[in-house]
Amino acid sequence: MSEALIAVALVWVAVSGTAVVLTRDPLRQAFTAGFFGLALAFLYLSLQSGDVALSQIVVGAIALPLIVLLSLAKVRKDQE
Amino acid sequence: MSRRARLMFFAVAATGLAVTLGAGLAGLPSFGSQTSTYAAMLNKVAPLQRHVTDVVSAINFDYRGLDTMFEEFILLGAVAGISVVLRPLSDETRQLPADKAPERSIPPPSPAVWLLAVVLGSLLVLISLETFTHGTLTPGGGFQGGVVLASALYVVYLGTNYRTVARFQPALLLESADGVGASGYVFIGLLGLLAGTAFLSNVIGLGGTGNMLSGGTIWALNLVVGAEVAGSFAILAAEFLDQTAVIRTRRR
Amino acid sequence: MSVLAYGVVAWLFLIGIYGVVTSRNLIHLVVCLSVAQSATDVLLLEIGYRSGGHAPVFVSLPAHPGPAVDAVMQALALTDVVVGAAVTALLLALVVQVHKRAGTLDPDALRATRD
Repeated sequence: MSEALIAVALVWVAVSGTAVVLTRDPLRQAFTAGFFGLALAFLYLSLQSGDVALSQIVVGAIALPLIVLLSLAKVRKDQE
Repeated sequence: MSRRARLMFFAVAATGLAVTLGAGLAGLPSFGSQTSTYAAMLNKVAPLQRHVTDVVSAINFDYRGLDTMFEEFILLGAVAGISVVLRPLSDETRQLPADKAPERSIPPPSPAVWLLAVVLGSLLVLISLETFTHGTLTPGGGFQGGVVLASALYVVYLGTNYRTVARFQPALLLESADGVGASGYVFIGLLGLLAGTAFLSNVIGLGGTGNMLSGGTIWALNLVVGAEVAGSFAILAAEFLDQTAVIRTRRR
Repeated sequence: MSVLAYGVVAWLFLIGIYGVVTSRNLIHLVVCLSVAQSATDVLLLEIGYRSGGHAPVFVSLPAHPGPAVDAVMQALALTDVVVGAAVTALLLALVVQVHKRAGTLDPDALRATRD
């Protein structure tokens, strides 16, 4: 049972990692990056690593998309 | 070199890397078959020796405490680097955000969003305090609790506006939290030297397993690292927010 | 299962580097770099996994707990995740300043020397 869960999590991580790279527009990429962070947290949880999953959830779904969006906002504002 | 030439070169190099990576990964023991002797020994010994139930915290702050100190300094250095890179340049001014139409102030965010931000922010602060202090018992600890505390600040920004969140970001508070965290780690380590043993040894009383105040210096180091990580991530966001909302190029 | 597990690590790393090489936008490049970096975290945790193991937290265990997974790898991966995010933020700060000076986010259009 847990092996099947790990297999599902691995496939989900691989697919969303590919999606992050293939999303060329940075605005859309912020969302796919948040989704990828969630997939990674799920993988870490199924590998029985609660501490790492906690860090990954907060960092990958909150902190990283936030600074990507703030950088984008700054760049767009400069382009006006 | 041109783009095509670069892609050709990358294709060749990536094939070589993939082959080497595959050969290396194939030499690993099969997935899930064994763990190292060191880890098995630590799992058996740590709860007895240090009176903690979360072995990962014990490894981070006690058995391999020196590595964590250097990681903390990497974090400090990265945030110092961000502050230097995003400093106001000579051709920029600071100007609070204003509406483009004159004589109109920016409309406040809707009450529903404000309420959601308040509720989420308070929940996140409580959860972060719980994560800090229970780091020796359950998964959690300084690093996770610190990032959760910083994200409470992000939620406040997302639900309100720049002026509101600027009140929660006094530079003195954030920078001193960062500094106290980084130097506090070293001072707690020096307690070991003062007691006559090695740097960063666990010299405070260990407490009972399963209590909140267990693990000796592990518990104290959790708090200190949490302060540092929270301060670092809050400074990080404050710098980016300043750039986005406030700093503008001076019009010639 | 080993093939899938280690294959995903190699795939994530290679596709992250592919994204860096073929990127046309510096912000996209930095996010692809963070994908490549997460591949190392996954590898660390996979090496430490033990089939049928439980998390290395010894509280409220059932009557016959199995072996516990490797806690040292988790300690390494934990600090890596947090510090990796801070370094990604540093790279994004550099991107913001590059845009101010060069006016473009296209890596191909940037020149090494100031005109």
